[in-house]
Amino acid sequence: MTPLNTAPNIDDPDGFYAELVAAHDGLTPDDSAALNARLILLLANHIGDRATLRDAIEAAKRPNFSG
Amino acid sequence: MLDDRYPLAFRLYPYQQAPDQSHEAHHPVVVLGGGPVGLATALDLGLQGIPVVLLDDHEGPGQGSRAICFAKRTLEIAQRYGCGTPMVDKGVVWNLGKVFRDDAKLFEFNLLPEDGHRFPAFINLQQPYFEKFLFERIEAAIADGAPIDIRGKNRVDGVETRDDLVRLEVTTPDGPYALTTDWLIGCDGAGSPLRKRMGLGFEGQVFEDNFLIADITMDGDFPTERWFWFEPWFKSGASTLLHKQPDGVWRVDFQIGWDIDRDEELKEDKVRARLDAMLGPEVSYDLVWTSIYTFQCRRMTTFRQGRVIFAGDAAHQVSPFGARGANSGIQDADNLGWKLGLVLSGQAPESLLDSYDSERRLAADENILNSTRSTEFITPKTPASRMFRDAVLDLAQDHPFARPLVNSGRLSLPSTYDGSPLNGEDALPDGPARTRPGSPCPDAPLGEGFLLDQLGGGFVLLTLNAGDPAPLEMHGLNVATLNLTGALQPDLRDRYLGPAGSAVYLIRPDQHVAARWQTFDPERVVQALATATGHGS
Ligand SMILES: Cc1cc2nc3c(=O)[nH]c(=O)nc-3n(C[C@H](O)[C@H](O)[C@H](O)COP(=O)(O)OP(=O)(O)OC[C@H]3O[C@@H](n4cnc5c(N)ncnc54)[C@H](O)[C@@H]3O)c2cc1C
Repeated sequence: MTPLNTAPNIDDPDGFYAELVAAHDGLTPDDSAALNARLILLLANHIGDRATLRDAIEAAKRPNFSG
Repeated sequence: MLDDRYPLAFRLYPYQQAPDQSHEAHHPVVVLGGGPVGLATALDLGLQGIPVVLLDDHEGPGQGSRAICFAKRTLEIAQRYGCGTPMVDKGVVWNLGKVFRDDAKLFEFNLLPEDGHRFPAFINLQQPYFEKFLFERIEAAIADGAPIDIRGKNRVDGVETRDDLVRLEVTTPDGPYALTTDWLIGCDGAGSPLRKRMGLGFEGQVFEDNFLIADITMDGDFPTERWFWFEPWFKSGASTLLHKQPDGVWRVDFQIGWDIDRDEELKEDKVRARLDAMLGPEVSYDLVWTSIYTFQCRRMTTFRQGRVIFAGDAAHQVSPFGARGANSGIQDADNLGWKLGLVLSGQAPESLLDSYDSERRLAADENILNSTRSTEFITPKTPASRMFRDAVLDLAQDHPFARPLVNSGRLSLPSTYDGSPLNGEDALPDGPARTRPGSPCPDAPLGEGFLLDQLGGGFVLLTLNAGDPAPLEMHGLNVATLNLTGALQPDLRDRYLGPAGSAVYLIRPDQHVAARWQTFDPERVVQALATATGHGS
C-alpha cells in the first residue's frame, strides 16, 4: 500500500485552492455538495488503493488528530 | 379449518390419509414446509436412503412467482440431485444487462460467464416451475425406492421439543394427529410459525419501501436482457426493473415508496397506469400476477436449537436484490443433507450439525451484507448516501470507473466457508485461491463432460497427477477417488493446480473443498476426513 501522503504535495497551492473554490461559484448548496461527491469519487478512483482510501476517510473524520 | 392461504400454481401432492394418522408414529426426520428449501432437503435425505416425511399445509406451490433468478450454484446442486437439466431447458438464459437513468442509457454490462462450466451464471425461471422440477425428481426417486413421504394439507399446529425427540401436532382434512421425530427441519418460510412458536428471535433491518411486481405477457419488442432504471422518465417508480421469464412472461418491478395504500395500488387500473406510462400506449399486454412486497434483512441468532434445525427463509431473509433468497436456501439444504445423513447413520457425532449452523450463518451474513448494500444503493437511506449514489450515476455514463460502483443487485455467488471447523490443511503451495479449503468446487470440463458430474454425493479424493491412490475407508465411511493423470485440460489446471505440478483434494459430499495437498499422504487424508466429519479435536 501507498501510505496516505499528508505532507505538502500540491504545486501552486494557492492556485489549486482558488480553482477548487471557483468550481462552486454560483452553485446552490445541494449542487455544490453534488459536485464535491463527484470530485471525491473521481479522486478516489485515481488513488485506487483501498488502504490509502481508508486512511484518508479516517483522517477526514478526525481533522484535529495527528498520528 | 384448513383453507388455502394462497391459490396454487400446481397441485402436486394432493392430500391423502397417511397410515400413521391413527396412531402416533415416530420418524427419523420430519421436514416442515414444502417450498424450494423443504423439497430440496427431503430430496437430499431421500436420495441417501434416509426416511423423511415432509409436511406442507398446501398441496403445491402458490401461484405467482416470487423468485425468478436461479444462480449457477443452485443449478449445480439441482444437477447433483438429478434435476438441473429440466430447469435449464425451461429457463431463460440471459447475459446482457442495461442500466438507465431517466431516459438515458448509462451503460450496459455482459455477465460474460466464465467458460468451462456446465451451467450458465443465471437462469430466469418462475419459482413454481423450480419447485415442480424438484417435486418431479422426488417422485422419480420414490419410484426408485427413496423413502420420501410428502404430505399435502398437513399443517403443523403444535410443537413440543424434548431432549430426545420432537413431537408435532398436525391438522389435516381428516382431523388432527400427532407424530414424533428425532430431527425436525424447519423450512416453513420467512413468517415461520415454528420459529414463532418456539419463541426464537429474528432480528434485522426493515427497509421502508414498497415494491410492486407485475408479471405480464406482452407483444412488446424487448430483448432477453435485464433492464434497470434509476429514476425513470416514465415516473412509474423511483426505480424499475424489467426482466424476461419463460412462457413469454416479463417481470416488471416498480419501487413505489413507503406511504402507500396497498389495496389501492394493486387495483388493476392503477397497475395498468404505471405499465402504460412505461411501455407506451401502443403495447398491449395481459397481467399474469401482481403483488406488493416489502422486505427485511434478518436472520436467527442460531440455526440449530437442539433437535430443531432451521433452513431457508425461516432462518434468514434477504432483500430480493441479488437473488439470494432461494439460492442460499438451496445451499442450506446442500450443506445440511450429508451432515444429517452421517449423524443418523452413526458415522458422525451430533456436533457435526453445529457446523451447519456456523457455515450457513456465515453465508447468511454474507448474503445479508450484499443485499443490504444493493438495497442501500437503490433506495438510499440518508441524504449523504443519496448524494453519493447520484454522483455515481452522474459519472457512470461517461466514466467507466463509476460503473462497477452502480449496484442494482449483485450476482448471487456461493460462500466460501473460510475458518470453518471442518476445514483441514491447505498444503498446496501457491494453490489457486478459489479452491482453498471451504470453497465450493468450481466446475471444469472433464473428458466429454464436466468435473462436478464426477463428484457424486459422497466424500471424494480428487487427485491431479498425484499417482493412483485406491479408495479409502474410515469409520465405515467410504472415500471414492477420482484420479486424473496426463495432460489435464486447461480450465481444470487453472482452477485446481495453478503453478503446482500435482494436487490432491479431499472434497465433501456438498462439493466443498475440505483440504488439499501437493501429494498423497493417506494419514493426512484420514486426519482431514476426521476433521471434516466432526471427529477432529
Ligand atoms: C418478490 C420476491 C422476489 C424474489 N426473487 C428471488 C430470486 O430471484 N431468486 C431467489 O433465489 N430468491 C428470490 N426470492 C426469495 C425466495 O422466494 C425465497 O427465498 C424462497 O421462497 C424461500 O424458500 P423456503 O422454502 O425457505 O420458504 P417458502 O417458499 O416460503 O416455503 C415455506 C412453505 O412452508 C409452508 N408452511 C408454512 N407454515 C406451515 C405450517 N404451519 N405447516 C405446514 N406447512 C407450512 C408454506 O405453505 C410454504 O409452502 C424472492 C422473494 C420475493 C418476495
